Amino acid sequence: MLYVLIGLLLGLLIGFYSPITVPTIYAPYVSISILAALDSVFGGIKALEEDSFDINIFITGFFSNALMAGLLAYFGDRLGIQLYLAAIFAFGVRIFQNLAIIRRSIVKRLFLKNNKK
Amino acid sequence: MKENTKAHFMIAIISFLLGLMLVAQFRSVQTDGNVTSIQRAQELSTQLKTVTEERDMYKRELVELRNRITEYENAASEISSFTEAMKKELEKVRMHAGLIAGTGQGVVITLDDSILPRQPGEDPNLFLIHDEDLLKVINELFAAGAEAVSVNGQRIITTSEIRCVGPTIIINSVKLAPPFVIHAVGDPEILETALKMRGGVIESLQVFGIQVSIKKQDKIEIPAYTGPIQFKYLKPVKAGEK
Repeated sequence: MLYVLIGLLLGLLIGFYSPITVPTIYAPYVSISILAALDSVFGGIKALEEDSFDINIFITGFFSNALMAGLLAYFGDRLGIQLYLAAIFAFGVRIFQNLAIIRRSIVKRLFLKNNKK
Repeated sequence: MKENTKAHFMIAIISFLLGLMLVAQFRSVQTDGNVTSIQRAQELSTQLKTVTEERDMYKRELVELRNRITEYENAASEISSFTEAMKKELEKVRMHAGLIAGTGQGVVITLDDSILPRQPGEDPNLFLIHDEDLLKVINELFAAGAEAVSVNGQRIITTSEIRCVGPTIIINSVKLAPPFVIHAVGDPEILETALKMRGGVIESLQVFGIQVSIKKQDKIEIPAYTGPIQFKYLKPVKAGEK
């Protein structure tokens, strides 16, 4: 769990000290890619817990998710439908599902340890 | 185990990206939103208050001074028939300039925003009264021979502006909000028919449900223009000069 926090903190720090800003027009796209990244992180942790982690799947998953979400947002803008809601919904559901799985496996592990002791 | 550390590294990289994007997004949302501090707002509001008080004081002073001028004029007109004629001429010019209140027959028009239920997807702007609508009505009134027009107590003079300022309309530097009551002195019949002309102003307004009522009245009181008058750039050209 530590590596996630370290990565996040590093990102936040570097973000604070470098002058990156998002133009207002692209703000919705960035918010969707934030969701995609969040989903990928949770998915990765879940896979680690289940011992089914594969780097290639993880990386391609992240980029394809972000791309698809961006495309949905873009076409939604063009068509006048808020298509990005679909991405937000899907990512949101997935994040909570993954969180539940992670929680279960951690709880199970802790109890197993306790029982062994 | 080596596979595992690699996995940890990848996840750390993605969370690093996540952190970067979070900061960038946070910053853009922050600069986008209004972040006027409360202190600044208070400062501005106290400033506004003092300036408004000052303005009101000057307004009262202006009325007082104008009254004194009329007193002097009255006194002067008693001296000779020549000054009396001049005073009459002055009165006429003042009337034309909108500097004295007047009364006469005319029409009272009330305009208010639409009460029609709005369909989703329709532009809500169409259902509000805009500066253009007021301009059209007033233009029509003058075209129909109105001699004096006022909107919500603001006399329309030659330099009056009618302009959208946010949700309100500004006339003579005074903000006005609907309903707009337009007083116009002139031939009531002509004024009314001019407005109600087929395909005319009122009809085009009523398409969007804007509430319009026209009342003919025998006695309408039109207020005087109370704002300041000053010419900084315009200089008169004397007759016969070139």
